[in-house]
Amino acid sequence: MAILQRIFQFYYQGFKNMTTGKTLWVIILLKLFVMFAILKVFFFPKYLDTHFSTNEEKANHVVNELIQNNKQ
Amino acid sequence: MIDNVDLTLVDWSRAQFALTAIYHWLFVPLTLGIAFIIAVMETIYYRTGNPEWKRTVKFWMKVFGINFAIGVATGIILEFEFGTNWSNYSWFVGDIFGAPLAIEGILAFFMESTFIAVMFFGWDKVSKRFHLISTWLTAIGANLSALWILVANGWMQHPTGMWFNPETARYEMNNFWDVLLSPMAAGKFVHTTSSSFIVASLFVAGISAWFLLKGREVPMAKRSILIAMVFGLLSSVYVALNGDFSAKVTSEYQPMKLAAAEGLYEGTEKAPIMAFGVLTNTDKPLDNSNKFLIKIEAPIPGLLSYLAFGNFDDFVPGIKDLILGNEARGILPATEKMRRGYESQQMLKKLHEIKDKKSEEYKAIYAHFLDKEWLETNFKYFGYGAYYHPDETIAKKNAEQLIPSVPLSFYSFHIMVILGMYFIVLFALIGFVMHKNVLTKQRWLLWIMVWSMPLGYIASESGWILAEVGRQPWVIQDLMPTITAVTKIDATSVQTTFWLFAAIFTALLIAEIRIMVTAIKDGPSNKH
Repeated sequence: MAILQRIFQFYYQGFKNMTTGKTLWVIILLKLFVMFAILKVFFFPKYLDTHFSTNEEKANHVVNELIQNNKQ
Repeated sequence: MIDNVDLTLVDWSRAQFALTAIYHWLFVPLTLGIAFIIAVMETIYYRTGNPEWKRTVKFWMKVFGINFAIGVATGIILEFEFGTNWSNYSWFVGDIFGAPLAIEGILAFFMESTFIAVMFFGWDKVSKRFHLISTWLTAIGANLSALWILVANGWMQHPTGMWFNPETARYEMNNFWDVLLSPMAAGKFVHTTSSSFIVASLFVAGISAWFLLKGREVPMAKRSILIAMVFGLLSSVYVALNGDFSAKVTSEYQPMKLAAAEGLYEGTEKAPIMAFGVLTNTDKPLDNSNKFLIKIEAPIPGLLSYLAFGNFDDFVPGIKDLILGNEARGILPATEKMRRGYESQQMLKKLHEIKDKKSEEYKAIYAHFLDKEWLETNFKYFGYGAYYHPDETIAKKNAEQLIPSVPLSFYSFHIMVILGMYFIVLFALIGFVMHKNVLTKQRWLLWIMVWSMPLGYIASESGWILAEVGRQPWVIQDLMPTITAVTKIDATSVQTTFWLFAAIFTALLIAEIRIMVTAIKDGPSNKH
């Protein structure tokens, strides 16, 4: 328990004494929010996961894509 | 297949990936290199106990921290793009990339985040020795993270250690060590990391030169330049040596890339190296027109042959040999590779058309995918099938699609090489001037050091442009072309996210430069 408390204090004091670091953390958190809460959710769904439910369906779709030449 | 593909979509998807990769790579090399420079500086502090070295370490740690914080996670966007814009590719290689990328994630999270915290928060709280170990582990961890990404990239350039599962249409890893230790992966890792050390050395030297020009922090600046000079000189020479190894690997597995990088249209023995040139008529790659407006060859004959094969007399295939074939040299024409690739695709198609997996016909076709000879003669050209056409005239026209952008490959390669040689001269010159103890008086050299900072980035980005453009049209060499890898989604949505990324990354870059400039102008301080 004492070790956990020391680790917590280590990080707590470290973050507390930051100057430039505070600005950087704001940027990091903002960046992660934009990436995961906006870009990933609204712009980057996993195509195969959203269009097919099983691995077999995904495999068949990819095979069709790979052998498109046969359509000619 | 080409007729069925929306090239606008392919081009925008490629442009989007290139944009994000190039921006991401603006942040990475400095992190990889400066971490080692800081570790060396702290080692000197640990050994001497001189508090001036501690102050120096803390200053560069602040710079490292800013770059790390702004750059961290920018690579995740590339993974988003895999799943959305390159879903066929993701499926095709998912089993191969799973292990390296998982190791990368775990390493990045545990090693870097844990030891970076000790680096920044641990002064006077942990022992000097433990702090030093943490700094070294941060540097090693950052570079090991890069290793796994580069292993994945190396596999795409030279697929090995895998087999193709025709039922799932996926490559599956069957030999981890072949993937990890492939010469392509090894070459990529050492070349990329050591070139990143040059970027960091130029950066440290440039900022320190600025301090000297301003007459500020003179002892710290001189110390920093000394470390950067030694690190930069060693790295520059090493990059030249391992670049030679990369060229040999490329000539073996990606001869088209080497030919495009050198603007070598006609294969020849005793092939010369082009010191520099200005290309023309590149839109007609297979005709006999002159391809150079200006052409300056290196004075040593056969240097390209030596670079490629270690022998000044050897034959180096040109773009025409690789497309039209060269029977005397045992090079198949591209149209034949396209036919074999198409046959492999037909085999896969037939397999998936058979419903009864226990039937003899199914087993007979499946057996092909286990037959080493068939795999080696036909299936290795699987990706070429996308360009096949039964009409010979159309097939020949399609074959031209197998040539990467020669101007982009040629100019990026030559910019990288010329700058690489310049860096050796620059670091050697700095070393000589420092040895004479007249560095602060040579203001012209200090200004050159300041203005050389962006050149490291230009060389590094040029190297990546050559690596990625030069291997086109392949996403996975010979097995999957870009036109097959791309997800058939609306091109407009890709355009939208392209501009979105352009805006986000530009904002991040502006933020980095502003915070960095402020921090550098403030100089060393005790807070971070």
